[in-house]
Amino acid sequence: MNIVITKRDLEKINFCLNKMVSSSMAQSVLLIDRSGQLIAHHGNTAEIDLLSLSALTAANFGATAEIAKILGEKEFTLLFHKGRSENVYFSAIGEHVIMVTLFDDNTSLGVIRYQIDKIIGELSRIFFSIFERKKVQTK
Amino acid sequence: MPFINFSKDEIQCKIVYYGAGFCGKTTNLQYIFSQTKDDTRGKMVSIDTKGDRTLFFDFLSLNLGKIRGFDIRVQLYTVPGQVHYDATRKLVLKGVDGVVFVADSLKVQRKKNIESLINLAKNLAEKGVSIRMVPLVIQYNKRDLDGTDSEILPIEILEKDLNSMLKVPSFSASALKGNGVFETLREISKLVVKDVSRKIMLVDKQLR
Repeated sequence: MNIVITKRDLEKINFCLNKMVSSSMAQSVLLIDRSGQLIAHHGNTAEIDLLSLSALTAANFGATAEIAKILGEKEFTLLFHKGRSENVYFSAIGEHVIMVTLFDDNTSLGVIRYQIDKIIGELSRIFFSIFERKKVQTK
Repeated sequence: MPFINFSKDEIQCKIVYYGAGFCGKTTNLQYIFSQTKDDTRGKMVSIDTKGDRTLFFDFLSLNLGKIRGFDIRVQLYTVPGQVHYDATRKLVLKGVDGVVFVADSLKVQRKKNIESLINLAKNLAEKGVSIRMVPLVIQYNKRDLDGTDSEILPIEILEKDLNSMLKVPSFSASALKGNGVFETLREISKLVVKDVSRKIMLVDKQLR
């Protein structure tokens, strides 16, 4: 299966990511597919090795999905790692996409979670239409 | 699953180095990493144990330049070779666009090579991919041990064991010294790009 993201799709995605960063005061937001490919990113990412982060995020999600299965869960839809000043919040968007939110002490986990919940609905609809279009093409 | 971004004219592909434990998958990536310039590749990420065995995977991103106006970026992964890490191998194979099967030329590893190739076919099939359809290259590694005390199998035997049915391109190599490493990478990249180009043309037709 190929993902084809058109310019119009990407504009919609970037609009959502921009909104997420400005409303939550997060440092940056990334969208990654489950095989480790980086789809889009927004915010301050100049210092980050985005490709490695994408590969490790997909692996991290895959590994915790296996833990979930062992515990009788379908999967864990969110993961949170807290560091001394940097924190990462991973959220599943449908079956194929993961959103990674990087934030520091300038904002709070509550604000981040609230804004993620708001934005995930919009992003889910965008990706649903991308994957539905793909299904139609392959029929 | 190649990720084709028409907006940025970029294609990202995933190539996985597969094979039995200690066959030289990580050594292949380490050699590629050591011989490529900073501007064409990213950092090499390894999740391994203290005993130098791959626990999850190694990862290296490479920029192959432009084809038909698209920037081609390949992401190289290895899998853990040990039998009991099958769940991890399945995870790494997710969305694979091409596979390099690294075979260990050591005579004592003959059975393990065959088992690993069967395991690859099984794990691909579980993802709905046939081993006969996926771009695949076989590398016969550790050829530098020829003439030493370690007994290695002749290429003919390895071909008969592993490639008599598949009939895919194969290369003799020494990942440690670098012989055959880039030949293998070049061939799998060529096969993957060809496969992806075919898919792009298909998508392009559908979008028009």
